[in-house]
Amino acid sequence: MAVNGAQRSIPEPITLNPLFDEFRKQYAWQIRELLFTIRLLRRNPSAVAGFVIIVAMVLMALTAPLLAPYNPIQLSLVDRLNPPCMAHFFGTDELGRDILSRVMYGARISLWIGVVVVLIAGGLGAVIGAVSGYLGKRVDNLIMRVMDVILSFPPLVLAMALAAALGPSLNNAILAVAFVMIPKFARMVRGEALAVKERQFITAARASGAGRFWIVRHHILPNCFSSVIVLGTLILGEAILIAASLSFIGLGAQPPTPEWGAMISVGRKFLMDQWWYATFPGLFILVTVIGFNIFGDALRDVLDPRIRR
Amino acid sequence: MGATLLEIKDLAVQFFTYQGTVRALEGVSLTVQQGEILGLVGETGCGKSVLARCVLRLIADPPGKITAGEIRFKGRDLLKLGRREIRQIRGNEISMIFQEPMSSLNPVFTVGNQMMEVVILHQRVGRDEARRICVDMLRQVKMPDPEQVLAKYPHELSGGMRQRAMIAMELACRPDLLLADEPTTALDVTVQAQVLSILEELTRQSGAAVLFISHDLGVIAQLCDRVAVMYAGHIAEIAPVAELFASPLHPYTSGLLQAIPRIDEGKAALKVIPGAVPGLIDPPRGCRFHPRCGQRLAPCDREVPAFLEPAPGHRVACHLYASGGRG
Amino acid sequence: MEPVIEVRDLVKYFPIRRGFLGRRVDWLKAVDGVSFAVHPGETLGLVGESGCGKSTVGHLMLNLLKPDRGVVRYKNLDLSALRGPEERRVRRHLQVVFQDPQSSLDPRMLIKKTVGYPLEVNRIARGAEAVARVKAMLAEVGLNEEHVYRYPHEFSGGQRQRIGIARALITEPEFIVLDEPTSALDVSVQAQILNLVGDLQQKRGYAYLFISHDLSVIKHMSHRIAVMYLGIIVETARKEDLFQEPLHPYTCALLAALPLPDPTKRRVRASLQGDVPSPVHLPPGCRFHPRCPQRMEICSLRAPDGLEVLPGHWTACHKYGN
Repeated sequence: MAVNGAQRSIPEPITLNPLFDEFRKQYAWQIRELLFTIRLLRRNPSAVAGFVIIVAMVLMALTAPLLAPYNPIQLSLVDRLNPPCMAHFFGTDELGRDILSRVMYGARISLWIGVVVVLIAGGLGAVIGAVSGYLGKRVDNLIMRVMDVILSFPPLVLAMALAAALGPSLNNAILAVAFVMIPKFARMVRGEALAVKERQFITAARASGAGRFWIVRHHILPNCFSSVIVLGTLILGEAILIAASLSFIGLGAQPPTPEWGAMISVGRKFLMDQWWYATFPGLFILVTVIGFNIFGDALRDVLDPRIRR
Repeated sequence: MGATLLEIKDLAVQFFTYQGTVRALEGVSLTVQQGEILGLVGETGCGKSVLARCVLRLIADPPGKITAGEIRFKGRDLLKLGRREIRQIRGNEISMIFQEPMSSLNPVFTVGNQMMEVVILHQRVGRDEARRICVDMLRQVKMPDPEQVLAKYPHELSGGMRQRAMIAMELACRPDLLLADEPTTALDVTVQAQVLSILEELTRQSGAAVLFISHDLGVIAQLCDRVAVMYAGHIAEIAPVAELFASPLHPYTSGLLQAIPRIDEGKAALKVIPGAVPGLIDPPRGCRFHPRCGQRLAPCDREVPAFLEPAPGHRVACHLYASGGRG
Repeated sequence: MEPVIEVRDLVKYFPIRRGFLGRRVDWLKAVDGVSFAVHPGETLGLVGESGCGKSTVGHLMLNLLKPDRGVVRYKNLDLSALRGPEERRVRRHLQVVFQDPQSSLDPRMLIKKTVGYPLEVNRIARGAEAVARVKAMLAEVGLNEEHVYRYPHEFSGGQRQRIGIARALITEPEFIVLDEPTSALDVSVQAQILNLVGDLQQKRGYAYLFISHDLSVIKHMSHRIAVMYLGIIVETARKEDLFQEPLHPYTCALLAALPLPDPTKRRVRASLQGDVPSPVHLPPGCRFHPRCPQRMEICSLRAPDGLEVLPGHWTACHKYGN
């Protein structure tokens, strides 16, 4: 390299790592879109409110082992059924366990349930819906009728039946709820697949020799991505609710697991005199589900291509 | 051709979007004389549709806003009229027909219903009289079985018939000015020919003036008396039709004419205008065409060219003709 | 010279279903007996109005649809009889460029992948070599190498069509169907794309089927022209012959209806009445007779057979029958 300024070659852009640079170039637009989405969400009051709630719950769940004042399963028969006080903000239950700590650990469980259900139901449902919508005719008919059968049951009832059949446990409850949610994703993605199927780039792909499953994987699914995300946030709330209901009737989390629904189940008996037992877990279920719902609604609006101009 | 019916002076329109402010129209001035057919030609994004919608105040606010200028119709400034007054003019003194008749006709009402609604609203006649007027108009647009058509829904008619119904509907109240926004672009060429014939016949008969918007230079050449060429929100050139095609003054106009494939001439390769139409959020400074212009001069990237008249009736916005004209 | 691709008596009907159980009520006769051949380095223009079946013919030639009757032959191979790896080997030689620059590219796919996947899917090249070929192809259609990292919406309509052309040409095909490639573009951009397509044909000897409803574009691009009406070809000729001496009344009507961009040549415009009829209920005899200004008795009774009236100039019309 010459020393004189006039002859110096154009300096290479700083590349920390060729792979990272490739990543940055390839996803530059994705990143811009993400920042734009965040900007739009910031202006939307319900998005902000929902987001705050979600973040609060996630933080609570993550920091429970550090910040919870007491061990959630530690008994203390001396302090049974104490009302909320300085030592126990939410009071204690019939075995003397601190309800605040139990509620905080309960957040871990509920959020975990929600996320796993959405991942399973969303993943499977999207693939089923995309394949069904794209292949069409008999396959589509068959798959959609099966989905209809599942949807014809009230979700809680079906989840109950499945959880009972599988055996009462938290993991089985998750599977049961996920199963019940699959058709919702499948239906929605199938609708989108039907629309995407008609676009010219699909015909171009067929003409270029792409197979059906290649097209589903590389063309259809990516185009359904944002609606799956939106539906996912809404379903997350619903999943938490159903799982709590399952625990409420004893089919989900088993004692002594501090799951919110299970806590309400026991606290029901004490509702008249010891209102704090069932109220706090119930409140937290309410707030969490509302949070996911309003965030999901706002997200759907913001991602709508017409609003985005 | 008589007095000036519509006069647009220095119109400016902007759209406020997340990406920035779109400067859709700037310094647009043109006139429409009584009884003439003025063609408005330009490519996508030149602002011709926006201009037409401005006349009837159909620009959605937000995100659009008319930031300057006036539009005088029969002496009154349309931009200063109240809502009620503008509504009285729409469909009555000034009518508009659109490109896609499926979306401009309401699919849940019959054609007759929609047509009679307009007539009753503006002419204050009873249903029977309105019906008679509508059947008469449909007959004038050469619609087969006019009485039957009144009872049909838009989706039961073909594209050409829908456009004819639209024309009948808009001309039913005998407007003085018809704004036609690409009315035949979506039609097959044989149907287009029929619709254009009807349009020309009816408007000549009633003496209505037409502002005919299109991107098809062939249609413009065959139909219009005068032509205005638009580019990227500005008017580039206005001239009587024969003169525009025979001796175009603006480099964009001549570029366009050389770029179209012609049936009546054999050509080896089409002469191309390099580059593409600029985005209007950050348009080029000065003359908006200068980045693509083969005859660029010094002031072109700094000053917006003023409207000059190098030949009578022939106006151009181009620095080539400044200071006495070079022609 | 041997034709690259040839269709013979091609027929495709689409069932129209009504009712809850989807009973087939009628047939939409999209293509009803079409035959022609395209040679290397030649452009056959296929012109007609909406509903005439020209797009369907294109789809049939690409093996995207199976014909109900008739055959599509690519170099003497019957396309509908091919399976699996054989079909793949042939596919790379039959490509398509579409009309709508908005929907012909996947908005979620990088240009790199959009132009590159035909290489991968047809097992021609992968990885770095594929990317190199993509970049070379983009340069050839007049785009920048850096564009591989962008998404379709970052390009203008004309540029998107160039990308579509790059995708079609990357497998080095022999035959390309251009289905109204410039109808959705502005005039100035249309000229660029038409020139590009013509240049590429001169350089590489592609055979084109150029489908359009615009006669002036067809005239500019084609060597031979076939005029379609309601599922059949009514006239075929070399370009010069068709425009100098159109034989079929429909062709004459098309030419008469075309607005010339010359205000000094104004003429009587519409010689046809009525709208284009539907391909479901075809008129008896010659399909065109209800609208034909030169119809005779026989036209409503019997469909005319095709006839080579002049050398290289074929038409199906009773005017020339005997």
